[in-house]
Amino acid sequence: MMRTMRIVAMLAWRNLWRNHRRTIIMLSAITIGAWAMIFMTALSRGMVSDMIRDGIRSLPGHIQVHNPAYRDDPSIGNLIPDTDRDIAARFGKAGISNWTSRVRVPAVVTSERDSRGVTFIGIDPQRESTMSFVADDIVEGRFLESVDDTGLVMGARLADILDTELGKRVVVMSQDPDNDIADRGYRIVGIFKAKLETQETAMLFAGKATVQKMLGIEGRVNEIAVMGDDYRDVEPLFEKVNAAFDDDVEVLRWMDIELYLSSTMKFMDSFVLVFVVIIFLALAFGLVNTLVMAIFERMREIGMLMALGMRPSAILAEVMMESFFLLVIGLTLGNLLAFATLWPLQDGIDLSFISQGLAYFGYASVLYPETAAKDVVLANVTVLILGFFASLSPAWRASRYEPVEAINKE
Amino acid sequence: MGLSLRLAWRNLWRQPRRTWLTVGAMVFCNVLLIFMISLQLGTYSMMIENALQAFTGHLQVQAPGYKDDMKIRQVVPDVAEFAARIRDSLGLESVSARGGTFALASSEDRSYGIQVFGVDPEHESHVSSIPGLIDKGRYLEDSTAAEIVIGSVLARNLRVVPGDEIILLGSGRDGSFAAGVAAIVGVFNSGVADIDRNIAEIPLGYFQDTFAMRSAGHEIVVKLGSIDHVTKAKQQLEMLIPEGEKLVVLDWNDLQPGLQEAIRADMGSAMFIYSILVILVAFSVLNTQLMSVLERTHEFGVVISLGMKPAQLGRLVMLETLMLGSLGLVCGVLLGGLVTAWTASAGVSLPGMQEMAAQFNLSERIYPLVSPLTLLGAPIVVLLFTLIAALYPAIRLHWLQPVEAMRSI
Repeated sequence: MMRTMRIVAMLAWRNLWRNHRRTIIMLSAITIGAWAMIFMTALSRGMVSDMIRDGIRSLPGHIQVHNPAYRDDPSIGNLIPDTDRDIAARFGKAGISNWTSRVRVPAVVTSERDSRGVTFIGIDPQRESTMSFVADDIVEGRFLESVDDTGLVMGARLADILDTELGKRVVVMSQDPDNDIADRGYRIVGIFKAKLETQETAMLFAGKATVQKMLGIEGRVNEIAVMGDDYRDVEPLFEKVNAAFDDDVEVLRWMDIELYLSSTMKFMDSFVLVFVVIIFLALAFGLVNTLVMAIFERMREIGMLMALGMRPSAILAEVMMESFFLLVIGLTLGNLLAFATLWPLQDGIDLSFISQGLAYFGYASVLYPETAAKDVVLANVTVLILGFFASLSPAWRASRYEPVEAINKE
Repeated sequence: MGLSLRLAWRNLWRQPRRTWLTVGAMVFCNVLLIFMISLQLGTYSMMIENALQAFTGHLQVQAPGYKDDMKIRQVVPDVAEFAARIRDSLGLESVSARGGTFALASSEDRSYGIQVFGVDPEHESHVSSIPGLIDKGRYLEDSTAAEIVIGSVLARNLRVVPGDEIILLGSGRDGSFAAGVAAIVGVFNSGVADIDRNIAEIPLGYFQDTFAMRSAGHEIVVKLGSIDHVTKAKQQLEMLIPEGEKLVVLDWNDLQPGLQEAIRADMGSAMFIYSILVILVAFSVLNTQLMSVLERTHEFGVVISLGMKPAQLGRLVMLETLMLGSLGLVCGVLLGGLVTAWTASAGVSLPGMQEMAAQFNLSERIYPLVSPLTLLGAPIVVLLFTLIAALYPAIRLHWLQPVEAMRSI
């Protein structure tokens, strides 16, 4: 059995190279197809991953905890029942360290010249700096130093709109739980720039304790965010957080909150498969054509081999082997080519000439390709499996030749 | 010529399975490309239409700098009267005057910062889809009444229904404190969270009173029959601006710069995929034609030694390829056209579209655009590349040595 296989393999290999021009053309086609599959999916996945990671970093966090009424009515009245101290205790007991709590309220910020509606967020700077984007992107001044910091960190674009700058004072006005206006003057201590302009205009940051005092809600918060290791798999973290709290809060995964982001992620996975199948189908015609031609040319020879005792199953195996060699070599070359072209692009492709268009969809303007092992495996396995089935038909027909008829063909 | 045609045709059918497989590759590629391109163009035109008809319109007249700074003092003087003049000149009803500013809206329990727009109740429905999206109560009617319509998310956040009152607080054009109390007459639901959360509309006259605008406003919105009329209308509008007034006419590209670029970005990535497909088909054809030439080496050798010129043989091969390609084109266009026309009436819904629809204000089904460009564009390119691919086998024939050729099988 093994000997037959060895002979069949040798035959297949040599047959491929009998018509080297045809084989090389077919190989080039498969190589290009494989390259396209991996290259394109790496680019797309990079874009989507970036978008999702940025979306999560700009505050949602992998898991969020709120008062159950908060999502429908995000007003200050719907606070989380536990106090800061209780929350810290709960996380301590559950062994979770990568978490933070915030006070997030709608507010109006007024400068000397103008006013705007914003989302005002009281944060714990030490905890936040590991989780969200703001600390990294300070361009002027400094980030907040502690929960008691009385300074304000503002987006560059918002500072433009308000005609204000670092060091100036602004007034932030919001509502306290009794529906009275709560306002306070703040000095701008830091200016940040973000990847998307809306992040710069919509968000304003201050120390959590200062905000709690301003709103008269000492020790209370309305949002808790927890970060895990992998945004794709948040279930284990979800379970842990859920177990750490009582039933009087709502624990949500980021996918439940950011529907657009999560649907894009799902869409991405199906896109890869669809793309691979389409490219394969385009290749399949050529592959089958090549095999059919190869067999047709050798009809006399196959007939003779069968007359001399070679089994139909061996003929079938031989043709399948030819196809297998073609595919494997083509895939290998295509994969290598893809990595060779992706490697120099690792530092990102600069797409700033269409940055506003990308921002429309939520993408940043530098594209970092991301080669996911599962995409590469999917592409190669799909091509091999579909290629197997595509070659069955010509191979089968070859094995059904009647030796006498075949020999007598011209 | 007739002989060449007949020869070429017969040569194609000497190996029917091979010919059909190659035509099959072309047809597959064509159908796919036709469908995808018409789907893309259909989506783009829908995106543009939706984005513009919601609020922006095709053209706007504004004070210079207003688009970026949105300061209340950057006004269009005598806005209602200017809008009426534009209506007369262009002969269009879809011209409407607006004012806009940021204000604090307070209900009994809650306050939120929002964008308030003063609109002309009579003409706003011609330039924006919001008046048509009222789902509770009614739209604005009287230009001086102290009434307001708000988005559904804002209504929920403020805990109000039609009949309740809203207090508006802001700054007037002269820097003074501006305040007003308006009765909610209607709630609209556009489906786009940003619009439903942040926008409220009050009548223009009431806006001008409350915010000390006198007779000025901030924009005149013009909606045209189609995007193709924009350039001409823009010129006409520019001529209507009174002497000495520093106003600018902005087209939808200036107003929504992301839109055009987003389309270009999407086109770019799609082009990449399409070119890969065309290249793969070209390889298929190259393979086929090369094989068909090589297996006729003996025959060509005979024919050349009998006096036929290699150039004629080359032409024959190209003719065969042309027929092959045309067959692929015709079948592809027919099949592709059928599939596209059928989905053009039924619409297509892809996974993930619902969420995209909510985010970007698209409808949930896309309707492919059927036009000569979408139906023929791709197949013609495929045919072109097919012919280019066949050049190699055709040119090789020049170096064919008759005697050596006749020695092959």
